[in-house]
Amino acid sequence: MADAPLVLGVETSCDETGIGLVRGETLLFDAIASSVDEHARFGGVVPEVASRAHLEAMVPTIERACREAGVALRDVDAVAVTSGPGLAGALMVGVAAAKALALSLGVPLYGVNHLASHVAVDIVEHGPLPEPTLAMLVSGGHSSLLLVPDVTHDVRSLGSTIDDAAGEAFDKVARVLGLPFPGGPHIDRAAREGQVVIDFPRGLTTGRDVERHRFDFSFSGLKTAVSRWVQAREAAGEPVPVADVAASFQEAVTDVLTRKAVDACRTHGVGHLQIGGGVAANSRLRAMAQERCDAAGLELRVPAPKLCTDNGAMVAALGAQMVLRGRPASDLGIRADSSMPVTEVSV
Amino acid sequence: MLILALDTATSAIAVAVARDDVAPVVAVEVDPRAHTERLAPLVARALGEAGATPADVTDVVVGTGPGPFTGLRVGMVTAVTTGLALGVPVHGVCTLDVLAEQGLGATDADELLVATDARRREVYWARYARDGDTARPVTEPAVGPAGDLPDEVRALPTVGRGPLLYPDALTAPLDGVLDTDPAVLARIGARRLAAGTPMPVEPLYLRRPDALTTAERDLR
Ligand SMILES: [Zn+2]
Repeated sequence: MADAPLVLGVETSCDETGIGLVRGETLLFDAIASSVDEHARFGGVVPEVASRAHLEAMVPTIERACREAGVALRDVDAVAVTSGPGLAGALMVGVAAAKALALSLGVPLYGVNHLASHVAVDIVEHGPLPEPTLAMLVSGGHSSLLLVPDVTHDVRSLGSTIDDAAGEAFDKVARVLGLPFPGGPHIDRAAREGQVVIDFPRGLTTGRDVERHRFDFSFSGLKTAVSRWVQAREAAGEPVPVADVAASFQEAVTDVLTRKAVDACRTHGVGHLQIGGGVAANSRLRAMAQERCDAAGLELRVPAPKLCTDNGAMVAALGAQMVLRGRPASDLGIRADSSMPVTEVSV
Repeated sequence: MLILALDTATSAIAVAVARDDVAPVVAVEVDPRAHTERLAPLVARALGEAGATPADVTDVVVGTGPGPFTGLRVGMVTAVTTGLALGVPVHGVCTLDVLAEQGLGATDADELLVATDARRREVYWARYARDGDTARPVTEPAVGPAGDLPDEVRALPTVGRGPLLYPDALTAPLDGVLDTDPAVLARIGARRLAAGTPMPVEPLYLRRPDALTTAERDLR
């Protein structure tokens, strides 16, 4: 595929400055500069800190991506950028940078949806997406079940969180347990030493809730239940079994996620499930999803953890699909849309 | 030499394309909320009107603020990525220097004040002295409430949006000089380039990010 389009992807929707280079359906290089260490001392992502870091990291990250991919910027055939959803000020840095690149290089610009990009990234790992695809995206910013007939222009939302995102619940529970930010990897690690001994609530899985919110999620009740449980232990002067609480919490989250995802596949007659987003790196989620997909006769596709978290490769992967399928390019006047709906694949 | 000059640190989205001996082509829109949308189209328009293509650009000059952060960053990141893509150098000029030089033509005074909108009921400001055709900074750029400036500074002829926003504190506005004129930015850039003056491309935020660390929260 030497003459397949070379697409540069720019991702700045949260705290990672991501620059990816994809040729056709092949990932050449994915360069990431993360400001996560700067946010850790604030206990969460601070938008202004993230935006400043994006500006600082933009040029060095583009340079590194080109160097490692062995391409020159002038060889790029198109520029794709996350135009939303995400942190407004952070998105603006990426959108402005992508416009400047497209204008300077004289190539088309594609402003694309961050969530659709999370789905498209699997193309560079496992090949063309089955159509339709059923995708579950779980991260600090999103918890969505999507039906994707065509990732370049037809993405449908089946459900999403009605309160906290799944990754947010991990961060908040980590804090309750005295584990560092970001909570996901620390809870995963602690949980490996523990047992599932506490039966924490599974939001929106019983009775009328299922009728009204079959494919939606809710994690704030779970977070509150964990916090009350820990407080009760502390009030009684007893030690908090951190590993057991982490394991029990993680079990509740992954149980709900995988149960609803498999149900969505069955309901919509889709024979495979794709999982993306930072929480897809969670070892328990991966194991339970595999078990349940096997039991239901579904194929499970999960990109490598590095491609599940926010990165530029996913934006480049979707941009390349836009080019290959002849989708219209974006205008230089596009805006950053912090609340871009998931159904809007490009602008 | 063909300079692409841009500034987004004031309410204007300001672009100029300046060639050595020709009057610069200017494209400006005043909209403090549309920097992201409008800057690139204005760059394209200015280059087109100048009969130039991006490949003709030899230097990029950018206003480094101080200015409201999100707008400021749009110009800064546009400048540095344009420089990278075209393989040309990028040079920074303090936006207040530009406004000060714009103000020189509007007054005979030997000193003037630049005061721009810093949001949060504050101004970015600096004091300047006339030095031939140029304005020499007397103070470093600073941020604070207009009313907190020394009395003799507040009384100086003032350019920027400060007097519009805080007429009680800043009582000597110079008519018509509100936002960055990119032609003046390009001129300053060319002059400093010729003189070999260092022009760092560092955003002038002047404020820390508005957040408490967990350690600071615990102290409260
Ligand atoms: Zn994401």
